[in-house]
Amino acid sequence: MIKEVKLKINNIEVCVPEGSTILQAAKKLNIELPTLCYHNDLSVAGNCRVCIVEVKNSRLLQPACVFPVSEGIEVFTNSNLVRQARKHIIELLLSEHNADCTECYRNNNCELQRLAYEYGVSQHLFIDLIPLKNYEKDYSSPSIIKDDSRCIRCQRCVRTCEELQAVSALTVAYRGEHMKISTFFENPMFEIVCTNCGQCVLHCPTGALIERTYIDEVWEAINDPDKHVVVQTAPAVRVALGELFGYEPGERVTGKMVTALKLLGFDSVLDTNFSADLTIIEESNELLERLKKAIKEKQKAYLPMFTSCSPGWIKFAEHMYPELLPHLSTCKSPQQMFGALVKTYYAKKIGIDPKKIVSVSIMPCTAKKFEANRPEMKSSGYRDVDYVLTTRELALMIKQAGINFSKLSETNYDNIMGKSTGAGVIFGVTGGVAEAALRTAYEIITGKEIPFPKLNIIPVRGLEGVREVTIKIDGTLPEWDFLEGMELRVAIAHGLANAKRLIEKILSGQVNYHFVEIMACPGGCLGGGGQPIPVNTEIRKSRVKAIYEEDENMPLRKSHENPDVIALYNEFLHKPLGHKSHELLHVTYTPRKRY
Amino acid sequence: MKSDKVINKVDLIFRKSESDEISVIKRVLEKKPIDIINNIIDSGLRGRGGAGFPTGLKWKLAYEQNSTVKYVICNADEGEPGTFKDREILDVVPQKVLAGMAICAYCIGAKKGYIYLRGEYFFLANKLEEIIENFNQKLKTIGLDFEIQLYLGSGAYVCGEETALFESLEGKRGEPRNKPPFPTSVGFLNKPTVINNVETLVYAYIITDIGPNEFKKYGTKDSRGSKVFSISGDTPKPGIYELELGMTVEDFVKEFGDGDTKAVQIGGCSGKCVPRKDFATTIIGFEGIPTGGSMMLFNSSRSMYNVLHNFLEFFCEESCGQCTPCRVGYQQLLKGIEAVKKGERPASYLEELKKLALTMKVSSKCGLGQSAANPFISIVDNFKEEMIY
Repeated sequence: MIKEVKLKINNIEVCVPEGSTILQAAKKLNIELPTLCYHNDLSVAGNCRVCIVEVKNSRLLQPACVFPVSEGIEVFTNSNLVRQARKHIIELLLSEHNADCTECYRNNNCELQRLAYEYGVSQHLFIDLIPLKNYEKDYSSPSIIKDDSRCIRCQRCVRTCEELQAVSALTVAYRGEHMKISTFFENPMFEIVCTNCGQCVLHCPTGALIERTYIDEVWEAINDPDKHVVVQTAPAVRVALGELFGYEPGERVTGKMVTALKLLGFDSVLDTNFSADLTIIEESNELLERLKKAIKEKQKAYLPMFTSCSPGWIKFAEHMYPELLPHLSTCKSPQQMFGALVKTYYAKKIGIDPKKIVSVSIMPCTAKKFEANRPEMKSSGYRDVDYVLTTRELALMIKQAGINFSKLSETNYDNIMGKSTGAGVIFGVTGGVAEAALRTAYEIITGKEIPFPKLNIIPVRGLEGVREVTIKIDGTLPEWDFLEGMELRVAIAHGLANAKRLIEKILSGQVNYHFVEIMACPGGCLGGGGQPIPVNTEIRKSRVKAIYEEDENMPLRKSHENPDVIALYNEFLHKPLGHKSHELLHVTYTPRKRY
Repeated sequence: MKSDKVINKVDLIFRKSESDEISVIKRVLEKKPIDIINNIIDSGLRGRGGAGFPTGLKWKLAYEQNSTVKYVICNADEGEPGTFKDREILDVVPQKVLAGMAICAYCIGAKKGYIYLRGEYFFLANKLEEIIENFNQKLKTIGLDFEIQLYLGSGAYVCGEETALFESLEGKRGEPRNKPPFPTSVGFLNKPTVINNVETLVYAYIITDIGPNEFKKYGTKDSRGSKVFSISGDTPKPGIYELELGMTVEDFVKEFGDGDTKAVQIGGCSGKCVPRKDFATTIIGFEGIPTGGSMMLFNSSRSMYNVLHNFLEFFCEESCGQCTPCRVGYQQLLKGIEAVKKGERPASYLEELKKLALTMKVSSKCGLGQSAANPFISIVDNFKEEMIY
């Protein structure tokens, strides 16, 4: 039983559990103190100092985000001393900040801008320091742009990269006036060990870290009469896009999104869920092949098999665990499978020269921009995916086009590669790929549905960083009798720091699994680096709920029942892991340097 | 306020003691830790690094912590401009420093100690290593389970701040931590830690040796004992002097000035500047202006604008940069006085800057930013004309 502590904030009494901070206590009184370096997902730094408050009998103002309450303390959050200091601090930050807000991608969604407005400060009190510093934007990465002139040194990105992702691509360099957020040897973003996951973008309070946008390129393609522009939308986009149009987190806007994409002028609006289903067919067969090789044929097989649909995870593995690369499924991610098929199967089917096709994808992800740019991703003979836009960029395009999103009616995806199942949509949530794969693999092995009510494999779900599940295989078909009675061990991790913990345990031999799902971002794709800002645990939970609702509402719930996928195999691929599949849908990766 | 003491040279620190350090420690081992701590409390010794926290109380707080692992750390990151007394102490009487650490370790129950030596003092390192090695051996023979290790800093001023020092000692970037928790409960490697200045540890050793009453003979009620001063600037006799606390600046200047002293900067860059008009009424000690030992004398040939400019440049460079008031505040103070001097901002802008210095004082994370107001306001207020023209 945790002890309660009684304190007073602005002369009003409040009780909170011992160990709470003043920030938490104030929240209980519905007082939101201003913060910048604080983020729910991260450890507390207490370095921006905007949340300072007066604590009676203390000679210093104290940061509410970190100062622990104790019995009987009296706190003042709006005293003249506090207001003066807070205003000064905001002015100081502005004096060091490139405040050309109209030129900033985060205009209207910037925490510093909001505070400057609320506290009625202008940067004129102090001397503008920006002209004195030689800031250069780093445009080297296809995913992330780093603009030090907008950085307020809150170190949220540094903590994100270290604590959530265990990558530490971003770190603090120099001291004092020269202190800045930098990279290893100040190398450009493209050359460092960065997974492009974009969690830093998601956690940046200002426009210092933003995604590289390709909106203009996409508009140009749409407006080019010679081009046939195809768009695919990732599963997690539909449960988050609404947030950028005033919807509550967790509202599904699939149909409106499709309508909006058609209004924007895309020639065909298709669904990444289709290729997620396809991924499941290929990947579960791949897993079964590896099991057969290991158990029946007693040959060396790379087990556990790791999923390969998260491009942040792929790059993490290339840098940090090159020895694990043979363990990765050779399946391309759904985005890239889709891209390869658009310029082959789809082009043939509608009779268009693939040269004329521009393939666009809407992703919750910044790493997908890098992935599309990989030299490995040209198996169609062209670049499989031409442009990747984030959920945020799509919202911006919709706004640019003057589309009144909330008033839109709902439309279905177009044909050929537009149909999907519930198994495809759950790719957007941590545990979803494992669940979808299990639904299909179990049925291949036994001919029966996996024995969970409504096909909901509850044990793989949830937001704990690392989860493990054992599925017992009962009643195998003759071909798979060597798996009879076997316990299939599955592990799931999301957030690369959790992935690292899991992998270290696997490598040290403490645990062993057959199948491991890893998603680079906390919560899976729904918490991806390209999703609406802000994000926190509550918002992620709402999006999780929405994804599972979307799944349950689908008439088909198993990838192998997707009619478009069945047609694809009948007409084009012929069989899973076949020759054509290998040519178009599979890929292997190569080690990268560790530093 | 007015002290009747004139300048009084003391010889405790550097004196060749009658008893050697190991035999003093042997005597200590026969007593209860709390009795030793109470002696230190009784002596009224306050930290000699500048902040002046009561040493005995610090030891007691760590002593009361229920932890099997505790640390004693000697802060030898003497970085305050104008301070060079710890260097001398470590050079001349290092055994007394080590003995102070060992006594503290016995009192609080620490088995491991570190000396965090300022990077620029690398020339002391080899000699110290040898002495420490020797000392560690002797402790073994008398049965005290405590070992000291030397660690060389890398030249960051902020690492003299105790929690930044821990971070640095742990191999991380030297950035101050949030307080609370304080080092006596959560210190080095998150264990209870006593961190004392070099000189403080020597006094703790001396008090343990000669008793608190001998120590209390010197100084005033609020500033017990003596202190080692580093005297520099416009003085005919710069150097290191152990002086009784409680003298006025006037007495001090009579002894050390060159006859033309215009101001004395007490406590280094982060201390206060005392103008001639206040010499007689300002006491050097905790009841007046406390100091880590740095005393810089300026005569009438000096521009106080340049002095302040120099200090602010130092802080702009040496701020760790993590907290806003310190990182940006110092830059604004520096650019601000430049702008006033050049006529780009009106003289009234100095008042805005003073308000900013006060914000930095109450809102910065550590002492580096919190001391902004000391030099800034004392120099701007007393030498305003020099700031403008």
